[in-house]
Amino acid sequence: MLHVSRPVPASIDPLECLLPLAEISARAGIAGFPSPAQDYVSDTIDLNHTLIPHPAATYLVTATGDSMQTADGAGIQSGDLLVVDRSPEPRHGDIVIAVIDGEMVVKELRTQHGCPRLHSANPAYAPIPLATQDIRLWGVVTSLIRRFRR
Amino acid sequence: MKAPIALVDCNNFYTSCERVFDPQLQGVPLVVLSNNDGCVIARSEEAKALGIAMGTPLHHIPRSAYRQGLVLKSSNYELYGDMSRRVLAVLRESTPLVEPYSIDESWVELAGLGGERLEAECHRLRDKVKRWTGLQVSVGCGPSRTLAKLANRHAKRHPATNGVSVINGPVRADSRALLARTLVSDVWGIGGRVSARLQEMDIRSALDLATADPTLIRRRFSVVLERTLRELGGLHCIDMIDDSEGKKMIMTSRSFGKMTADRDQIMASLMAHASRGAEKLRRQGSLASAVMITLRTNKFAEGVAQHRDSKVIALPWPTDDTFEIVRAVRRELDAIRQEGVRYHKSGVLLMDLVDRHGRQLDAFQAKRDDNQRQRSEKLMTTLDSLNRRFGKDAVTVGYCQRIGLRRNTSTDKERRSNTRGEEPDWWLRSRYCSNRWTTRLEEIPKVTLE
Repeated sequence: MLHVSRPVPASIDPLECLLPLAEISARAGIAGFPSPAQDYVSDTIDLNHTLIPHPAATYLVTATGDSMQTADGAGIQSGDLLVVDRSPEPRHGDIVIAVIDGEMVVKELRTQHGCPRLHSANPAYAPIPLATQDIRLWGVVTSLIRRFRR
Repeated sequence: MKAPIALVDCNNFYTSCERVFDPQLQGVPLVVLSNNDGCVIARSEEAKALGIAMGTPLHHIPRSAYRQGLVLKSSNYELYGDMSRRVLAVLRESTPLVEPYSIDESWVELAGLGGERLEAECHRLRDKVKRWTGLQVSVGCGPSRTLAKLANRHAKRHPATNGVSVINGPVRADSRALLARTLVSDVWGIGGRVSARLQEMDIRSALDLATADPTLIRRRFSVVLERTLRELGGLHCIDMIDDSEGKKMIMTSRSFGKMTADRDQIMASLMAHASRGAEKLRRQGSLASAVMITLRTNKFAEGVAQHRDSKVIALPWPTDDTFEIVRAVRRELDAIRQEGVRYHKSGVLLMDLVDRHGRQLDAFQAKRDDNQRQRSEKLMTTLDSLNRRFGKDAVTVGYCQRIGLRRNTSTDKERRSNTRGEEPDWWLRSRYCSNRWTTRLEEIPKVTLE
């Protein structure tokens, strides 16, 4: 059973967004989950650092539309905030932002028989070979942020 | 032997920034307009091909251009400032020796590299900036800044170079040929009058100047031109951004005597920098179109919160008026300053300088009546002459403490979300402004799920 022994004082410093991890680890035993990382606990969790390893190459975008909601479409929903990193080499299985006909769209990159193609979660759309004219990869979606409450 | 230096310059920077986030703009003729949508300050290659000149007032753009699909954009300095910061960050990851030169140009020292490895590194930098930011840069590299600038110009103009050109001074045959092809008037820092006089002496190409007699050049012209001559010959002479001419921006910055988190003190320092910068503007006969403020903590101080931030603010019109610049700085301090953080250094950068006399008066002055302008000019002349007579800072812009109190009436966050709304209508006309794609959560790009 998971229970929170007491609210963690998340004094969020807008500079680095530091959550005081030390407080959690001290109580981990009581709360009932083991802490294998006890020995190398740093003082804080920095979400910026975790989600955005390359700040200069990272851009935020909002998803709109409704066709990536199925499980194989990474479950992206309209209104989700996507963290897009332009620095990594896109590879098989990545969710990517592609520019198709001058529009930025979310697709999944899959390589079959050495041919990279952009897949939609929506079966109504046929996969598009990456080699097609006027298609560019814009960046790789590395995280998704969905807020349940603001 | 000094390390080779490279000039990394973004191609058509403003229009390219617009295209990164609006792919529809790819391949169409595109121009960016000055503050208040006065005149053209940036053009895509397609717009250049339509014959639209820099500085063309909006109402002089021919109808035919629109028929060919011309798209207008108001200047979006917040976007350009952020993209410029990103390019800098990418460069700084590769080498710590990066010195910004203007919003779209930086000097990069490439120590310990020579020959093919140097050229490969330039290509690597170029590819990395393109990948990380979506912006295309040209890289010119040489043993001196003057040669790097010349190489950059070559790289930009000739697609065959793939955006990279390395010059090794006139000793090498291909570099020598490039210098011979370059007009002396196209050499960095050489103005129209000097180049006309040089031509009278039969010095027509960059190579002619490089091989001229340095003593003669110093005697007939100046030590500055002699330095250019030596730089063209491959000798590294110019260390810092040249103070005397061709300046594209004015930076005034200083470390605080003591680190401080005090808003009033930080404000006072920024205002002093803004005043000093405005004075320099007037001295060199330039007007600034935008101003960037920067704050940073001491990165060597241990155990204290680290923070650095900067913000580019568009001025309502190109100006050299201390009060207008100070007002812009004052308005935006809270957007970058974080409460409780002790800062170590502040700076004010005046950028996008235009020549005071060469500007398009009618377009720029559309929203500013003559009376107001003359009053401002008179006041500034008086300010400068008082300071000359009674010593530096005899008369300065007062810091109104009321501003300090006003900060409590709205939180930083409210202010930030309001900055456009709270500007009075006359402040800035920007009818064709794109989103601030990278700096405002409510304006980030929308991507389609399909």
